[in-house]
Amino acid sequence: MTARIRKRTGQFFRMRRFKTQVKSVTDTSSTILGEAVARATPAPIASRIRGLSDRSMAWLFITPAIALLLAVNIFPLIWAIYLSFTNFRANRPNAALESVGFSNYSRVLNDPNIWQAMQTTAHFVFWTILLQTLIGFSLAYLIDRKFRGHAFWTTIILVPMMLSPAVVGNFWRFLYQPQIGLFNHIVSFLTGIPPSSFEMLGSVRLSPWAIIIVDTWMWTPYVMLICLAGLRSIPDYIYEAAEVDRASLWRQFWSITLPMALPFIMLAVLFRGIENFKMFDMVTLLTGGGPGSTTEVASITLKREAFESWRTGRASAFAIILFVAVFGLANIYVKALNKVKQR
Amino acid sequence: MTAQPPVPSKQKRPFFLTRGPMENIATGLIGLGFLMLFQPFLLIFYTWSLVTLLAGTFMFIIVSKFPE
Repeated sequence: MTARIRKRTGQFFRMRRFKTQVKSVTDTSSTILGEAVARATPAPIASRIRGLSDRSMAWLFITPAIALLLAVNIFPLIWAIYLSFTNFRANRPNAALESVGFSNYSRVLNDPNIWQAMQTTAHFVFWTILLQTLIGFSLAYLIDRKFRGHAFWTTIILVPMMLSPAVVGNFWRFLYQPQIGLFNHIVSFLTGIPPSSFEMLGSVRLSPWAIIIVDTWMWTPYVMLICLAGLRSIPDYIYEAAEVDRASLWRQFWSITLPMALPFIMLAVLFRGIENFKMFDMVTLLTGGGPGSTTEVASITLKREAFESWRTGRASAFAIILFVAVFGLANIYVKALNKVKQR
Repeated sequence: MTAQPPVPSKQKRPFFLTRGPMENIATGLIGLGFLMLFQPFLLIFYTWSLVTLLAGTFMFIIVSKFPE
């Protein structure tokens, strides 16, 4: 017994000595590296930096990033807020600006056409997010089963997300062609109605759904990827414990999988929600806001106000209203997300 | 036996200076403003949606700095 204790103590001290040696070697090499870097720094820069405190150094490093952020994000926002109170027209940039007070806001908020565009946006955002979340989570759940060839199928599913919206818009226009389009022929095969009897992009009733289908097709993989990360983060031992307790698969899904993946699902919804409020490219390519103004979402109306009607000041007011709506919603959404994470 | 020092009674903050309930009111205002902006029923709701949204958002920014 005493011999065993002595042996263990010897092992312990040998290990400790070894760790100390490793640490000293690592420290020495990092010191050498640090000195080499210091020697490589040009003398004028080194002399200037040597006198700075840690705080000043930190500011020195983050200043370019802050300057870039101010120039690219904050300045345009402040400029747009300023323009929203003026009669600025982008086709007359040299004309004298006149302050119009809240008149631009008042006009935007009393315009039935803009109100209609808001409803179209809400319809589009609601259905795309609902479909993308349901299909994306279901796909992630399937991929997480780790069946044979799941890596290959994951790559295939991710392809639409990697394509450019310009490419997607163009080939979906081709797919939606009533005479030769594959989409119409598949619908015809499944339902028996003639393929040229309906037009996805030309019909008032179907065109909003045509855009919803394309956006769902393109961005469901993105939601799937985020949900998959959530599902992969759930430790296996929780499921093992549930199996020991003889919990059914249904029970495991509702009590383990869904609550633990919920923050990830919410994050995906937040990202897609913000993106879809700004949807412009796909709608422009597929329908251009038509037929009539059936698919004229807020961003299309905004562009028409700013660069077709040349009421840029009013368009700025509209942009600020959209920004306030998304900012407010993102605030309460992040609060809800934090609550879910704390559970 | 030593005399225990009197425990100072915890000052209760007034309702409008506590974070929890005020944050809930701000959240409610933002949600209401958002619904008003996108609802298809009455133009007057749409007209007043920005004011509601702004009130909620500013309130949220301010009250989220309050202590619990």
